Amino acid sequence: MTVNRTTKIAAVVAFLAIVFIAVPAAISASGHFDLYYTLTSVALLSIASAGVWLTFYIGRINIGQGAYALTGGYVSAILVMDHGWSFWLTLPVAGLFCAATSVLIGLPILRLRGVYFAMVTLVLTEVARLLALALPITNGAKGIVSIPLPGALSVFGITLIPDFATLQNSRLAFYLLAVTLMVVCFAIMYRLVNSRIGKLCQSLQQNEELASSIGVNIAYLRVIAYAVSSFFGGVSGAIFAAISQSIYPSSFTVTDSVNFMLNCFLGGLGYVFGPMLGTLVLYFGWDLLFQTGQFQLLIYSGLMIVLMLVLPNGLLSLAETTRKKG
Amino acid sequence: MAEMLEVSGITKRFGGLVAVNNVSFSVREKEILSVIGPNGAGKSTLFKLISSFLRPTTGEVRLKGERISGLAPHIAARKGVVRTFQETTIFKNMSVRDNVIIAHHLRSKASLFGFFLGTGTAKADEAAFGQSADEILALLGLSSLAHEIARNLPHGHLRALGIAIGLATNPSILLLDEPFAGMNHEETMRMVEMVRRLRERGLTILLVEHDMPAVMKISDRLVVLNFGQKIAEGTPSEIQANDKVIEAYLGSEDEAIGL
Repeated sequence: MTVNRTTKIAAVVAFLAIVFIAVPAAISASGHFDLYYTLTSVALLSIASAGVWLTFYIGRINIGQGAYALTGGYVSAILVMDHGWSFWLTLPVAGLFCAATSVLIGLPILRLRGVYFAMVTLVLTEVARLLALALPITNGAKGIVSIPLPGALSVFGITLIPDFATLQNSRLAFYLLAVTLMVVCFAIMYRLVNSRIGKLCQSLQQNEELASSIGVNIAYLRVIAYAVSSFFGGVSGAIFAAISQSIYPSSFTVTDSVNFMLNCFLGGLGYVFGPMLGTLVLYFGWDLLFQTGQFQLLIYSGLMIVLMLVLPNGLLSLAETTRKKG
Repeated sequence: MAEMLEVSGITKRFGGLVAVNNVSFSVREKEILSVIGPNGAGKSTLFKLISSFLRPTTGEVRLKGERISGLAPHIAARKGVVRTFQETTIFKNMSVRDNVIIAHHLRSKASLFGFFLGTGTAKADEAAFGQSADEILALLGLSSLAHEIARNLPHGHLRALGIAIGLATNPSILLLDEPFAGMNHEETMRMVEMVRRLRERGLTILLVEHDMPAVMKISDRLVVLNFGQKIAEGTPSEIQANDKVIEAYLGSEDEAIGL
């Protein structure tokens, strides 16, 4: 028990050391500053994917996270541009707005199961895109551009985070922001899954009728999980809008929604850290295949199919089997 | 003896089909009552009506005088009417012990948020559930399989696990859905013993069953359904001598199919 605990703490410390110290050090030594942007994207996408993973954990195939990422991006952008809010305040507001929306949408659609739920969520992304095109507040296809960089965050006169515009290296700042949020997000997820709530979610995944017959309020639990999932989507979308300083109806499309789902599949649906690993591998894998030119998509999809056949439980199941053998 | 569950004038229509037609009976406290009948007699529908998985077209079900029909299943479970399912309905990918622990959900005092934060109440709940789960597993002879993944269990043990899950919710009345189906003689006898032991612990039991010898052995009283209607009610010996019942099981079926 204690040995197990020590290894866990060591793993967490090692991970934090890598993402907060080793990676920035390696990047500044090698001069590949564009890697910051890539890794920031990976961190943000993994937050959105973590949300999708949570809906998988209650037994729902969610291909609609793009809708919430887009909504989160717009909420933050509109509040900053039209109402002069601080970006830092819009971040939780964007998340909460998405969570509230997802409760309203989730109440009816979470009654659906399997492929039916998946189809409805797939449509959600498209609905969000069309809404962004049509609504006056979102400025149509032109989108919202030249969003200012996040300002300073001060509490009681103490500056916690400096104004991003005054920083020499705002890429590093965004990287640190995204990675911090990713760590917080996965810490929350880990706690959720390893508490009784995780067991309750599993009970939904495995048999909703039985869960309800032992007194679990399945409708309530489903909506809670979906709201948490959408909160993550909204937060990650809001930061994306801040980094790219713009948001368009096409910022998040059905392809992104599908990718969020693939990240979860690739990493492993049974492992909390699956979406993180899946996002990293998928993002870099896609970029590496860029050199194959027109065959990029063909090789990529082929590899995905093979991986799912060989490793149906995701990449992290490899670690489990080697541990058992060893 | 006080009445635990009262079914009065319950009817369920599916379109033009009347699955259960104006059935009334009551279950007394600490009684084992069985509902029997030929295939398609409406037993399963009746079972779902009592456990609130279906809403009756007319009529109602009362538990200790309180109306429970038409509530959501998890609310009915909270009030004390808990059903078991036929064998495959367990949480397949959890360990046997986790299956029983999760089924203690109704007894939890901590909120979901409390469990997330790991408050004192939540920890006390977890400890109490673990202990109670171990007791239930011991009672049903599943202790040695506690850490087995549920889907790997053999037939008879799956059924026992289903009952363990039901027991964990601490019900006033336990509804057993065909507890003897597909069992050999020896397994059936073991299950009969188990059900009797549950009654000795003060549980009221309603079961739906096909296996006649087992039912006659275990039940205090029986209710017989045929074509959605109650055709007889009484003790096992009364039922065995009832002409309508004999006809339902042997005679009239031939006429119904035109022989």
